[in-house]
Amino acid sequence: MQVTSPVRPPLVTGGKTVSDVTVDICKQVEGKPTKSWMVAFTISVITLAFGSYCLFWTWWEGIGVWGLNKTVGWAWDITNFVWWVGIGHAGTLISAILLLFRQKWRTSINRAAEAMTIFAVLCAASFILAHMGRPWLAFWAIPLPNTFGSLWVNFNSPLVWDVFAISTYLTVSLVFWYVGLIPDFATIRERATGIRRAIYGALSLGWDGSAKSWSRYEAVSLVLAGLSTPLVLSVHTIVSMDFATSVIPGWHTTIFPPYFVAGAIFSGFAMVLTLMLITRVVFKLQDYITINHIESMNKIIVLTGSIVGIAYITELFMAWYSGVYYEQYALFYNRAFGGDYLWAYWAMMTCNVISPQLFWFKKVRTSIYWTFILSIIVNIGMWFERFVIIVTSLSRDFLPSSWAYFSPTIYDVGDYVFSFGLFFTLFLLFTKYFPVVNMAEVKSVLKSSSKQQTK
Amino acid sequence: MAKGKNFLLGIYKDEDVLVGAVSKVRVAGVRIHEVYTPFPVHGLDEALGYKPSNLPIVAFIFGLTGTICALCLTILTMGYDWPMVIGGKPFIPLPNFIPVTFELTVLLASLGMVGTFFVISGLKPWGRPFMFDPRSTDDCHVMAIDLDRNKLSKEEISQLLTESGASEVNSKIVE
Repeated sequence: MQVTSPVRPPLVTGGKTVSDVTVDICKQVEGKPTKSWMVAFTISVITLAFGSYCLFWTWWEGIGVWGLNKTVGWAWDITNFVWWVGIGHAGTLISAILLLFRQKWRTSINRAAEAMTIFAVLCAASFILAHMGRPWLAFWAIPLPNTFGSLWVNFNSPLVWDVFAISTYLTVSLVFWYVGLIPDFATIRERATGIRRAIYGALSLGWDGSAKSWSRYEAVSLVLAGLSTPLVLSVHTIVSMDFATSVIPGWHTTIFPPYFVAGAIFSGFAMVLTLMLITRVVFKLQDYITINHIESMNKIIVLTGSIVGIAYITELFMAWYSGVYYEQYALFYNRAFGGDYLWAYWAMMTCNVISPQLFWFKKVRTSIYWTFILSIIVNIGMWFERFVIIVTSLSRDFLPSSWAYFSPTIYDVGDYVFSFGLFFTLFLLFTKYFPVVNMAEVKSVLKSSSKQQTK
Repeated sequence: MAKGKNFLLGIYKDEDVLVGAVSKVRVAGVRIHEVYTPFPVHGLDEALGYKPSNLPIVAFIFGLTGTICALCLTILTMGYDWPMVIGGKPFIPLPNFIPVTFELTVLLASLGMVGTFFVISGLKPWGRPFMFDPRSTDDCHVMAIDLDRNKLSKEEISQLLTESGASEVNSKIVE
């Protein structure tokens, strides 16, 4: 017997039928690119071209073109890396954790969120490669038999853990995303002709939609979700260990793993919202990505934002309570209440802790405009968080004579611009050529989502 | 010309009707060739009598392989092949090897399971499936019955399908 809830609002509005879902979602894949898509794509490609030029010179000249100095050895590169990896986390969270918790509202947004994950991790990887200075030697981070004697990578190092974590995360996310796409590619294949049929036919791997295949598909999805859940937590935990296992005051903090994970989910959801709000308008998906979806995501933002806020306060408390002088200096005198980067600290506090609290008001969290503005503010705030942790801690080290201020150069900015160009170019290509909403999953929740939908 | 196989196709619009129909048809003694649906229908595999997939076990075996490989890699390289004193730590600091071990476990479990899924389901880029009805990837559920493998006549099965709620009953000859 089908159990329907009369209380819950429908997941898909507009009285859509199963057939409507196919038509609505396939429309942008099958039709010509819209004018707004073309404009956005052109801007992205120009951005990518400018960024690529800067990245090329970074590689050609070496990372001396950045504003790094002998004191601040990591700055925008690792800030951007951690920021992008964090953004990726919402995708896996939506697909995996919400799947395990049987949160059916995820079905409309999981596809785009997973795509965002993959592109964000690619952007993060570009900074890892760039900050190596000699990216053609990147394979040194992989344990390969070599001619230097039996010289292996150091498995005690969090930087090596990062290599394994990020590459596994990218691979598993890609596989999870692709497995989810297969049935939808089959739907497009059956509607297409000619070369398009051949391409989508190859992409669909010969999916026939038999009950046996669906049964296996569901088992695979569930196990992948079960594997991805600890994976996503491990990735940002390991990223945080890049800092936490060192002895730099301001980095050497046991709270980092959960604090970074919460921050990652926080920024990831903000980026999902930014993208989905644009996508739903450009592709007219208001019936699929409803106010309820936006409200649910805003609730997660206010939760994770509060966790991040508690983490900031805990850091200050522990600096005081531990009685470690260097820690107190780093946290109080150089970060929260003084130092060269006081402005960055309070920008972070305002964006990450204070502004999301507005989502406690139903009017704010159900407003498209407020959500869009606050989602961007949160992303700016999370970038500042990574910047504050990295740059303030390094700029004033144990030796006052070597204290230095970091100022970015055009190449620091250009490489950051590159990542935006790459991200949006890939995301726009995805929205045009791949079904942006998971048709099969939306169809499966269409009927059970509410009484109104049962016809 | 080779003689084709005769199939009868019951087209269903509603997933709940389909699950009921599958049970009804099977109780009547009809063998169902396969059911094709545009989305996963819960309860359909039980109604068809399919056993739960063994893919989770496959994932476990691949995962275990990953764990063993990672532990071998880390312990043999750092502990025996070229032991070096790093930060005064022992040559085999097991907790430090856990992150890499965990990642390789997840990697092998995921790739192994998905690879097995592709192989057993015959999913490959050059795969060209035979579709009884293309609407089964859009909005229709298709129950395919191989007439040659059933004792009941075409008319009897057709009537059974209609009674069970099929919106259409079509016959198809597959070469």
